[in-house]
Formats: sequence, structure tokens, C-alpha cells
Amino acid sequence: MPLLEMKDVYLHFGGIMALNGVSFGVRKGEIFAIIGPNGAGKTSIFNCISGLYHPDRGKIIFKKKEINKLSPHRRAQLGLARSFQNIELFKGMTVIDNLMLGRHIHMRTDLITGGIFFGKARREEVRHREVVEEIIDFLEIQNIRKKPVGTLAYGLQKRVELGRALALDPNVLLLDEPMAGMNAEETEDMARFILDINEERDVTIVLIEHDMGVVMDISDRICALDFGVKISEGRPDEIQSDPKVISAYLGGEEVV
Amino acid sequence: MQQCGIFHETYTEDMAIFQTPFSRFWMGLFFVFLAIFPFISKPINAVLGTNTLYLANLIGIYIIGAHGLNLLTGFTGQISLGHGAFMGVGAYASAILTMKLGIPFLIALPLAGLITAMVGMVFGIPSLRLKGLYLAIATMAAQFIIEYAMRNWTTLTGGSAGMSVRPPSFFGFYIDSDRSYYYLIYVFVILATIYTKNIIRSRPGRAFVAIRDRYLAAEVIGVNVWLYRILSFGISSFMVGIAGGLWAHYVLVISDEHFVIWLSVQYLAMIIIGGMGHVMGGIYGAIFMVLLPELLRIPEHYLTVINPNAFAIFHSLRDGVFGLIIILFLIFEPDGLAARWHTIKNYWKLWPFSY
Repeated sequence: MPLLEMKDVYLHFGGIMALNGVSFGVRKGEIFAIIGPNGAGKTSIFNCISGLYHPDRGKIIFKKKEINKLSPHRRAQLGLARSFQNIELFKGMTVIDNLMLGRHIHMRTDLITGGIFFGKARREEVRHREVVEEIIDFLEIQNIRKKPVGTLAYGLQKRVELGRALALDPNVLLLDEPMAGMNAEETEDMARFILDINEERDVTIVLIEHDMGVVMDISDRICALDFGVKISEGRPDEIQSDPKVISAYLGGEEVV
Repeated sequence: MQQCGIFHETYTEDMAIFQTPFSRFWMGLFFVFLAIFPFISKPINAVLGTNTLYLANLIGIYIIGAHGLNLLTGFTGQISLGHGAFMGVGAYASAILTMKLGIPFLIALPLAGLITAMVGMVFGIPSLRLKGLYLAIATMAAQFIIEYAMRNWTTLTGGSAGMSVRPPSFFGFYIDSDRSYYYLIYVFVILATIYTKNIIRSRPGRAFVAIRDRYLAAEVIGVNVWLYRILSFGISSFMVGIAGGLWAHYVLVISDEHFVIWLSVQYLAMIIIGGMGHVMGGIYGAIFMVLLPELLRIPEHYLTVINPNAFAIFHSLRDGVFGLIIILFLIFEPDGLAARWHTIKNYWKLWPFSY
């Protein structure tokens, strides 16, 4: 039984079919990559899973529960976290505050206890601050923890966004092009973080990425998409040798 | 006398508002000043030719309301043009509760705040769908609806004839002088400021700012955006309602013409000038908006000596000058006085070796 499953999902924008009957299942503990040319519908899948888009037809099942009707914040509470293709951090806030927002669903402070602050709210702040600091250590961003996110370099912002998603303590982490626009060293770091998150924290990862080298190296299974249709699914070596993938996505050339 | 390098050993220390003994000392001194101000205001009045204690009370009331609007507009990013009317709701609610139902002031005031919060939340419902200019228009509708109700629901509000209010009393003591009321108001000012600061540095405040900065991302990381938008309207109206209640029992006669859209605009101007999204912004803004017209009165006073007609000429210019100063402010310091204060502080930190 897959942990996260798309069953025959259709989504259209006007006359364009963004998703045309897409189905796949992500098993617990794996790194599952979604690849495809630009406009294939990869990010649309993520938006359907996290609840920003509502599919016309089909089911999205997470932890044996149909989540189609749930609002995005309920899905986050269930254990779904994601990062965005274009960084969606809270730019005016510091790195710590951004990560603390990731802890939002695990905290209870409300307008009354928060307004009093001393006592309950402060204890909770400290407790979750410890969790956040642990993530800061893990991602090696100690030196920028008090900086407003908007002032950071692009690669670091990507890392902070990963940290914020991680702070939710999710079961499934959706990463939308985490390596986009990074240099070789940053890409390598990011790949290492993803593997560590997967292995040490036991987080299932769904990954959209254009860097084929990374995708083939770190993913357990891959799903290839073209014009909203799934054209192939399988282990990296199977995908590499699939003629449909090669012609649709790689233009007939050999995969790295 | 700045410490070079602040080293914290616990997270609690890191969260403290005043992080150095230096800032704690100055804060303490400021509180002493606040406490003795009513006793030293007489000589100041004589020099400036105005009742500074009255102005201080006005500032205090506006600070409470400005904190409220700042939570909504500065931190949650939802504009409201209805806060003038919400202040009126608080004023009338407190007046009706004490005068018609005979409820003691100390119970009536929070109740008035709650009633205003309720009204604010109802008129905040459009915020679930509307943003920016559209929300401004929707809240402006709230302003006009409430104004209309205050004017025409005569059985409840006394209509345009207004309504007289008794000064608050505790155990037989009437708080009816500027001086005693000053202390009452500033207790609430301090509470409101601490409350605002605490909200901002804990979970709900972070959720507000997240909604302001990127509401889609806020939703995806688990913030109930609808709930927090309405809560923001509620807490903001609560504070402005408290301000209204305090105002009603201070001026003793309230009528609908106090709570017109001009007051809403003034509140917005306060937080824009003071600094949106800074807790200090509401304070600086309220001081600025109350003192500026008073400062503009001083040249008027002196020019009359030279030319007896100066008063008439300058008086009509005053609104224009007032507007001009606000425009200049927006051009040269769009982030408000709070940001300017930060810049000044950072400059002096390393003075005279800034580089």
C-alpha cells in the first residue's frame, strides 16, 4: 500500500489539459522523482497534492485517507510538507522565524497565552526553538540564523526553504526543483541533505528536478511525464533505457 | 555606552525584549518620567501655552488604537478604512453598558472591546476573499454602515444629539481629572504595547506576518489563513474598541461626528508615518499625529504679533501644511519613524568611527 497515491487525476486550465489521468504511488521511505519537459505538469501535481489546485477528477490518497477535499493547512497537519520552485519564504523575517513558522502546526500558543507570553508560551517557544536549532545545525546555516531571509544568497534561501519544510516534521516532503540555479558544489550539498533527510529522519521524498545526474543518482524510482500524461515509471536504469522517455524528454540523446 | 557583542547562553535570554542593561536602564528611566509627568506638566504648559496633559491622554488613547490597526494592517497586511467607526462602536458600547445598564466601568470596558471585536470580525469576513484596494473599499462600507447606525439608531445612541457619559469610578473615587485619567490610560497603553509585542514574538504573530508576506506559503506550512485573518480583525477591533471606550469616558460627550472616515484615515496615517509592522510604529505615529497640529499652532501664535491677520491666513494653511508634511514623510521615509530611529541608533552605535 503506497503512502501517497494519485489515482487517475485530471486537471485542466481553460482548454489545456494540465494533467490527463495521472496515477502513481509513492511507497514509504523512498525517494521518488518526477521528471518531464517544461510544462509537462510536474508542479501541477505538487499543487494538487498540497491543495493549492483542485483536480477535476481522480483521487489523492495520503495515509489511506482521501485528501481531495482538505484545505492546504489540514494536509500540512497530516504530515505533508513542500518547497516551492520559486522560493516562497517570508522575506522580511529572520531565518529562525521562518523555521519557527514551520513548527506552527506543532505549537499551541494562541492570542491569549501568546499575549501573556511568560509561562506557557515562553516554554513552548524554547522547546520548539531547540528543534529549529537542531535543523539549523543539520543544514549548516548557523551563521545566518538571525539574518532576514530576503538578504541571503539564492542557494542559501533554497536551503532555508528546505529547513522550513523540514521543521514541519513531515512524513512526505515534496521538493520542487531544489537544485535549480545552483552551482555544482551547492547541488552536491543539497543532494547530500536530501539523502540524509530520507535516511536519518525517515522522510519519504517526492522530487521534481531537471538535473538528470542527480535524479538518476539519488532516486529509488522515477515517474516521467509529458503533456500531462505519465509516459513511464520505474527504476532509474529502466527510465534511462525507455525509448518513450528518450524521445519525449531527452530528444533522442543518451542519458548521462 | 553600548556593549560590544551580546552573548546569550539560553534561548530565553535571546528572546528578551530589552537585551542589554543599558536599554533596560533607559526604559526604567522612561517609566519614571511617565509616572511623574502629570506633576511636572504645569510648568511645561506655561511655556508651550497648551494643556500637555490633555495631549498626553489623547496620545495614549490613539496609541492603543494604532497598535490595533498596526496588528491588522502592518503585520497581517490587511488594510482597514473602518477603524474610526470601530472606535465609535467601542465608545458607544462602553457608554451604553455603563449609562443604560449600570455595569461598572472596569467590566464594561472589556465588554465594549469584545463587542467591537465581534463587529470587526463580521466586517472582516470580506477579507477572506478580498485584498488590497478591494478590502479597503469593503471596510469603508463598514465605516459608513456603522456611522449611519450611530446617527440613526436614536433609541440606543441618542442620534446626532450625542450621548453624555459619566467618568469612571472605582470604590467611590471618580476618575474625572486629566491627571487621574492619565494614569488610567497609561496602564492600558503599557498593557496594549506589551500585548502587541508578545503576540508578534510568538506563534500567532508569526502567522500574521506569514500571511502578509506570502499567504500561499503560509497555507502550505499549516497556517489556517482564514482563521488568522478573522482573528486579526478581531484582536485589532478589540484594541481600537478599548481605545474608544477610554475616549468616551474621558471626553464625556460622544456623538457620531467624532467617528467619521477622517478618523479612520488618521489611524492609517499614524501607522504609515510611525512605521507599519513595527510595534513602536503605533507609538511614534500617535505622538506625531497629535503633536504636529499643536506644533503648527506655535508659529501662528507668533505671527499674530506681527500681523493680526496672520491667524486667519495661517489657520487655513494649517491643514495644507499638515498634508504636505505627511507627503514629504512618505517620500523620504516610507518605512516610518520606527525605521528612521533604527538608522539613527545604528549610526551612533559606532560613532565616531563608523567605518
